[in-house]
Amino acid sequence: MFTFTLRRLGMAIPALVFISAVIFMLLELAPGDPLAQVPLSVPPEVRANMREALGLGESAHVRYWKWLVQMFWVEPQVLCDHIFGSTFAEGKQRVISWQTRSPVMDTVAQRLPQTLWVVGMAYVIGVLVAVPIGIYSAYRQYSLFDQAGTFVSMLGFSIPPFFVGPLLIMVFAVQLGWVPSVYDTTHTVHDWQSFLVQLRQMILPVLVLSLQAMAQISRYMRASMLSVLHQDFIRTARAKGLPERKVVYVHALRNSLIPVVTAIALGLPSIFGGAIITEVVFKVNGIGDQLLNALLANDLPSVQTLTFLIAVLIVMFNLIADLLYGVLDPRIRYD
Amino acid sequence: MTDPVAASHNRHGKWPRIWRAFRKHKGAMIGGGILMFIILGVLLGDLLWATDPQALDIRNKNMRPLYTLLWDTDAKVGWAHPLGTDSLGRDALANLIVGGRTSLAVGAVAMCIALLVGTTVGILAGLFRWLDGPLMRLTDLVLALPILPLLLLVATLFRAPLRAQFGPEAGMFVLIVTVIGLTSWMQTARIVRSEILHLKEQDFILAARSIGTRPFALIWRHLLPNTLSPILVSATLGLATAIITESALSFLGFGFPPDFPTWGKMLADSVQRMDQYPERVILPGAAISLTVLSVNYLGDGLRDAFDPRSHRRSRN
Repeated sequence: MFTFTLRRLGMAIPALVFISAVIFMLLELAPGDPLAQVPLSVPPEVRANMREALGLGESAHVRYWKWLVQMFWVEPQVLCDHIFGSTFAEGKQRVISWQTRSPVMDTVAQRLPQTLWVVGMAYVIGVLVAVPIGIYSAYRQYSLFDQAGTFVSMLGFSIPPFFVGPLLIMVFAVQLGWVPSVYDTTHTVHDWQSFLVQLRQMILPVLVLSLQAMAQISRYMRASMLSVLHQDFIRTARAKGLPERKVVYVHALRNSLIPVVTAIALGLPSIFGGAIITEVVFKVNGIGDQLLNALLANDLPSVQTLTFLIAVLIVMFNLIADLLYGVLDPRIRYD
Repeated sequence: MTDPVAASHNRHGKWPRIWRAFRKHKGAMIGGGILMFIILGVLLGDLLWATDPQALDIRNKNMRPLYTLLWDTDAKVGWAHPLGTDSLGRDALANLIVGGRTSLAVGAVAMCIALLVGTTVGILAGLFRWLDGPLMRLTDLVLALPILPLLLLVATLFRAPLRAQFGPEAGMFVLIVTVIGLTSWMQTARIVRSEILHLKEQDFILAARSIGTRPFALIWRHLLPNTLSPILVSATLGLATAIITESALSFLGFGFPPDFPTWGKMLADSVQRMDQYPERVILPGAAISLTVLSVNYLGDGLRDAFDPRSHRRSRN
């Protein structure tokens, strides 16, 4: 297992370097000039100094290297300082946003909790709903429940979040007035009453995202359960007289959960993609919203950092999926 | 075995069997019918409904669809604009037809690019052992790219040069189609590769090799026809994803220019005044959802029809 983990880790690091290089090269081709807003009355030498201050003076590979150092060496030190009160990062250059002229990671740290709360909650709910639906649909294949489940997950696949979102706002926020239509990110939870307010404003975005997650995972669960239920050892279990509960929940479910666990880990990044749209629809100021604003403002360091962070999330969850597969299914470790 | 009559007879046996299995899948039949209706409506709709989608009819702006009469007899409706007009008096029905044409065209072309790349990568990886490792590693890497952020990034960066090259609409079309196509071929590549790996070990490939068939002929005549079913299934999935992705880009404001309607853009433009004119969100949204839903059901039916195991299961 240890060598398996090492090998998978060894594959993740080149992947991250590749992705960061792709993002950097794309941004190299960007036509926008970050100093376009600066008035023409500013003398050229001051302008040159400003370019220098933005880190634009050097050639591309030097800047790429600097960004890598800032991202992987300075930012962890800042985090360490923040937690332990140490002074490793004192006076070191961090990744600076052109938009706010402050470190990108500070803004990310402000906004990430909103995204993680909404996305995480939605994913947990989606999985918790999807797994039982998948199990029962497979167990009673072609029953009314199975047909209905298939239809609902097809709907979840087919109706895009930017349509479900406005539709839900229209019905539950505008017509019925049960929930607010806009997510209030300045709201803080300090007692039961404010917790209820927080809960109410989270319902709609979480519902939209969890519908997507549920659709995918319940299909996986159903397919995997179906293929296991048709195998010989299930017949053996029944033939030796085990109670049906035990056959389904122990023999079939445990084996069919193996691919589903990896599907759950692999599906999380696509939910982050959906979160960008959901954040726009419900006006949640998470990192998706930050990315969009940075793109529109031509704020390249922010765009680079945020895209890369999302890529890190994807690679990390791929790694977790691989390792979980190795833990759950010993055959995988010896390939 | 070399008898051409026997070969064609064999083909006659395979496709009717698939068609019979497909016809039994009720969802796929309904989905196929609806998709056919949408495609015909979008392609030929402007012959029946000749109103210019860009014509401004300021006097008749903000009209409601005819069906609003059912609950609101005072609604501003008219037979000249059965689905209403927008805030500049442009006809909603004509816009839906033209917008759908763009959405479907983007979906279809992007899907073709994805299929072409995916099938090529899959066949090369499955057939040539020395290419298998690098190509599959590449597939894994592209799968790990954050697609939507990258799409947004590329759409902002390359918008201006491509517009200068091909004009505002065509430039955007080329950009969106290429980008969606180049980021959604990975599943097809994986499926085709595993299919090829499986086929490669079979006797008829060995026989073809032993009589000296060249690799290209082997691929074209023996491997491709046998991988057609998974390719078709992933084509439907690809079409559905491409339509949704294009609409998502338009929704976020990174899509086609303002006077060029697509379903996603019509929806995005109307969200602001959704409480007054809900139909402007619902109609394009329903069009996207219905198209994607029917494509997905079609794919489901195709998969069941192509999979010999599912016949056995449904028969007993």
